[in-house]
Amino acid sequence: MDPKIKLSPELFQPYYDNDKDAEKISRPSISYWVDAWRRLKQNKLAMIGLVIIAILLILAIIGPYLNGFTYYEQDFSKKNLPPNMEHWFGTDSAGRDLFTRAWYGARISLFIGIMAATFDFIMGIIYGGFSGLKGGRIDTFMMRVAEILYSVPYLLMVILLMVVFGAGLWTMILAMTITGWIPMARLVRGQVLQLKEQEYVQAAHTMGAGSWWILKKHLIPNTMGPILVNITLTVPTAIFAEATLSFLGLGIPAPMASWGTMTSDALAAFLIGNVYQLFIPAFLISLTMFGFNVLGDGLRDALDPRLRK
Amino acid sequence: MLKYIGKRLVLAILTLWVVITVTFFLMHAIPGNPFAKEGTMPQGVYENLQRYYNLDKPLHVQYVMYLKALMRLDFGPSLKSSVITVNDYIKNGFPVSLHLGLQALAIALTFGLILGVIAALNHNKWPDYVSMIVAIVGISVPSFILATVLINFVAVEWKLLPVATWKTWKHTVLPSISLAMMPTAYIARLMRSSMLEVLGQDYIKTAKAKGLSQSVIVIKHAIRNAILPVVTVMGIVTANLVTGSFVIERIFGIPGMGEMFVKGIFNRDYPVILGSAVFYSGILIFLIFIVDISYSFIDPRIKLTGGGK
Repeated sequence: MDPKIKLSPELFQPYYDNDKDAEKISRPSISYWVDAWRRLKQNKLAMIGLVIIAILLILAIIGPYLNGFTYYEQDFSKKNLPPNMEHWFGTDSAGRDLFTRAWYGARISLFIGIMAATFDFIMGIIYGGFSGLKGGRIDTFMMRVAEILYSVPYLLMVILLMVVFGAGLWTMILAMTITGWIPMARLVRGQVLQLKEQEYVQAAHTMGAGSWWILKKHLIPNTMGPILVNITLTVPTAIFAEATLSFLGLGIPAPMASWGTMTSDALAAFLIGNVYQLFIPAFLISLTMFGFNVLGDGLRDALDPRLRK
Repeated sequence: MLKYIGKRLVLAILTLWVVITVTFFLMHAIPGNPFAKEGTMPQGVYENLQRYYNLDKPLHVQYVMYLKALMRLDFGPSLKSSVITVNDYIKNGFPVSLHLGLQALAIALTFGLILGVIAALNHNKWPDYVSMIVAIVGISVPSFILATVLINFVAVEWKLLPVATWKTWKHTVLPSISLAMMPTAYIARLMRSSMLEVLGQDYIKTAKAKGLSQSVIVIKHAIRNAILPVVTVMGIVTANLVTGSFVIERIFGIPGMGEMFVKGIFNRDYPVILGSAVFYSGILIFLIFIVDISYSFIDPRIKLTGGGK
């Protein structure tokens, strides 16, 4: 070797360069839910729906306390007033403040919608999950039973149950759950059946994962998307059914208010020219239906990985 | 094929039996007595009434008697009238409801399909947005609110069409529109998404490549395939039309089955409630059966193997 070649020690520095990370995934890993949320945010209509629901929920909580009236207080010297400074939405035929009643009604209507959806969800998960996991004859039998019950028209059955149980908040929720859980059960069962045969679930089994782990890490997260969509769309269905029942006189007993009973009460006033009394609950029902429906549609699109761009 | 039809038929009959049984026992589980409200009644009259309506017999005997009567299509007497039977109610009410339902179905199918196809063909352009806004409004606004508004403006203020009876064809226009709005919106949305999916298929590209005209592609290739999901939900749509008519018939004062059912509820006339519930369910189960069977004829790709998935 030629001793004249000068090799400076700098040439022998260890290689600490950043290039080492060339293969590294630099973006943060995006989970299913973050991804879904990102796509949901791009859907303007769904975000409008979400904002509407949020505003309605907030007003349902604080609305009844805002102007100092109660939902049951009657003042016959001030009946059928149009909206004014004192009564922001006017008063009804019994002199009750419609602003307070509207938001008190929002509580009841939203409560019925959300409770019906929750019970449907619980029943559906238990029945559908059990049926799907067991499979075979038990599954066939359970699904036949569900199919038979599903053929019974929803509103007809709810009306019958309301006649039998008598009108009331919880009987209404119960009546809706008895007839409403089947679509959810069928959905869950279909998902579970499909997922439990998937390779990654089998792989997890092979690697010694327990049932709980598989349920927690694989089945539930993968089933939640369609279920969430279903829940979102159950809420307006229940609110709608409540409104129809109240309209038929099978709703929440007075003096409690729901949007359905308010519509029903307002009909008489409407026919003698007090249009705004009908307008308020009608508008609120429509707004809620709109909000939940567009949010549900948006969620369906956002949670469907096939639509991923 | 025959095996499949047989299986569906057995299931349909089983469903009907479940409905009859459940409704029967629900009706008899209501606390109190149908004649309790009639004021003071001599003991002898009360006992005669009980005997006349077989209410003095044990429940299971009444049940068997009711089933036997149903076999002869005898729905029993009404509690509120000594001359008119439930059969008379059905005979008078059903043709009216059928007329209303068919007209609403025709409107819903025509406009729903047209809106859906137009929206899909102009995907993400203004006709798409307009159709979908119409559809979302249609789903959001409850039919009874639309009905009230239509009555107020079209009938009362502008005096364009008569309402509140069921005499001429003109009387049927507004109820049919009110009843049709929800299914129209539903069909439009379904048709749109189904159309969009079909238009992305390879065979549409093939048809274009062959140089077929746009109208031939749309009519012969796209719509024929896209309409299948709409056919599947026809059973449910019809169910909604039938149960939706409870409210519509009440608002418009139409002497149909729905009005009779609601009146039965108000009068606590149990045989009428029971009879109309059974009759309704029978019609619906029959319709769903027909739709299921016809589906296999419309879509030759579906193989009838008996068991569902």
